[in-house]
Amino acid sequence: MDIVTPAVGQIFWGAIVFLILLFLLAKFAWKPILSAVNERENTIKESLDLADKTKQEMVALQAQNENLLKEARAERDSMIKDAKETASKMVADAKGKAKEEAEKVMISAREAINSEKAAAITELKTQVAGFSIEIAEKLVRGELSAADKQKALADKLAADINMN
Amino acid sequence: MNGSKYLIFRGLLFFMILGSSFGVMANAENPDAEAHQTEEKPFEAAKHAVHHALDAHEFHFTNTLVIPLPIILWTDKGLVTFMSSAFHHDDEGGTIVEEKGMKFVKLHEKIYLLEEGATELQLNHEDHAAENAKQVILDFSLTKNVITMFMVAFLMIFVFIKTAKFYKKPKQEAPRGIAGFTEPVILFIKDLAAENIEGDKYKKFLPYLLTVFFFILFGNLLGLIPFLSNPNMTGSISVTLLLAAFTFIIQMMNSRKTYWLHIFDPLGNSMGVAAKIPLYIILVPIEILGIFIKPAALMIRLFANITAGHIIVISLISIIFVNESAWWSGLSVPMTLFISLLELLVAFLQAYIFTMLSALFIGSAVESAHH
Repeated sequence: MDIVTPAVGQIFWGAIVFLILLFLLAKFAWKPILSAVNERENTIKESLDLADKTKQEMVALQAQNENLLKEARAERDSMIKDAKETASKMVADAKGKAKEEAEKVMISAREAINSEKAAAITELKTQVAGFSIEIAEKLVRGELSAADKQKALADKLAADINMN
Repeated sequence: MNGSKYLIFRGLLFFMILGSSFGVMANAENPDAEAHQTEEKPFEAAKHAVHHALDAHEFHFTNTLVIPLPIILWTDKGLVTFMSSAFHHDDEGGTIVEEKGMKFVKLHEKIYLLEEGATELQLNHEDHAAENAKQVILDFSLTKNVITMFMVAFLMIFVFIKTAKFYKKPKQEAPRGIAGFTEPVILFIKDLAAENIEGDKYKKFLPYLLTVFFFILFGNLLGLIPFLSNPNMTGSISVTLLLAAFTFIIQMMNSRKTYWLHIFDPLGNSMGVAAKIPLYIILVPIEILGIFIKPAALMIRLFANITAGHIIVISLISIIFVNESAWWSGLSVPMTLFISLLELLVAFLQAYIFTMLSALFIGSAVESAHH
């Protein structure tokens, strides 16, 4: 059986060819190819890791942003509330003050009125008194022409004054 | 659809078998008629097929285009070299070449040294073996297979150095051009090695596995190209023996304690010593034989697959000649095409299997004890 008989020459040359081929390819082909492929694999892995990390960071950032937004919103709400409170307080204050002022004005006006009234009354009284005196003078002059009349009048007057 | 295809295939197969059996029957029934007709011997398909699958001392493209190859012999009188054309394409031992006082003949692609005093080759009538000559065993001729090995080696150096150039660019980019073809295959082998050899140890053996894979693949593919005299390099038992031996040597050189423990103590601690002894009388010899059977299977698998492909192709072509009618090419050519395509698949498959099993064997040897 020729076909299953190994031949010395083929084994000899085959070993030489294969070993040289293995040496050459290992040195000049497999080494650069495999190192480049490894490098690329590493680069891809790193890129993926980086992308993952960035994604996580983004999520964290987003959460942070949301928190910030929430806080801002709460602050705004509280500010608005404060402002409203202040405004209503101010309005109330102003209202109170105005009332007070108005009251004060009314009181002073009343006082003024009263005092004016009193003054007016006093003046009226003095004037009335004056007139009365004048009238009385005139009357007296007429009356006092008689002595008894004079005396009666004086009594009457005195009584009047007392009644007042 | 599939069924009808299968039916057609079966039909073709049926006709093929029918056709060839008719041819054989015709030969068997009418030996006298043929002898009467002509002096020509009947076409011997099997002989042709086997001859084609063998190594040769020349590249036989066509009957008019034969490239002679150098014959290098180591004899008792030193190195003898001459071109195979000195035999004038004679393969039956009829032409004698005299060098350094020794007479050489070529018989069935082997070089024989005639005994001293002999003037022509005498053949034994029973088994056609040479009677007065002995084969030159130390035949270092650059035969068809050796030249094919050189071609494969040059092709591989060309392809992979060119691939490597692509990666030497300062800026890395996606593989293009030749690297686009070779890189996926290289990565495939890398993954294959990583799967079968534990840890980072595979990196040490990757250059060998890559080289052996592409060596077999290129050899297989080169043998499939028509009109290139179909060199049967990877279908040569010498080459597969060599490659299997490389795997075996690497496996043995890197074998660790765990590997040998698996061979001499395959049952481990699962059983008491008393129970182990009678089992080991059978088990251990089997395991020891297994060490050698594995690379032997590696050798035979590749050899048989590739040789079978070549023999089938020649046999199918031979249908035409056995039946002596060109009409048979209508069957023979499509069948040959089919088998050639199948061989294309086998070329990749066998390279893959050889590499995978090599990785597996090496992986089993370098395993560290963890289970």
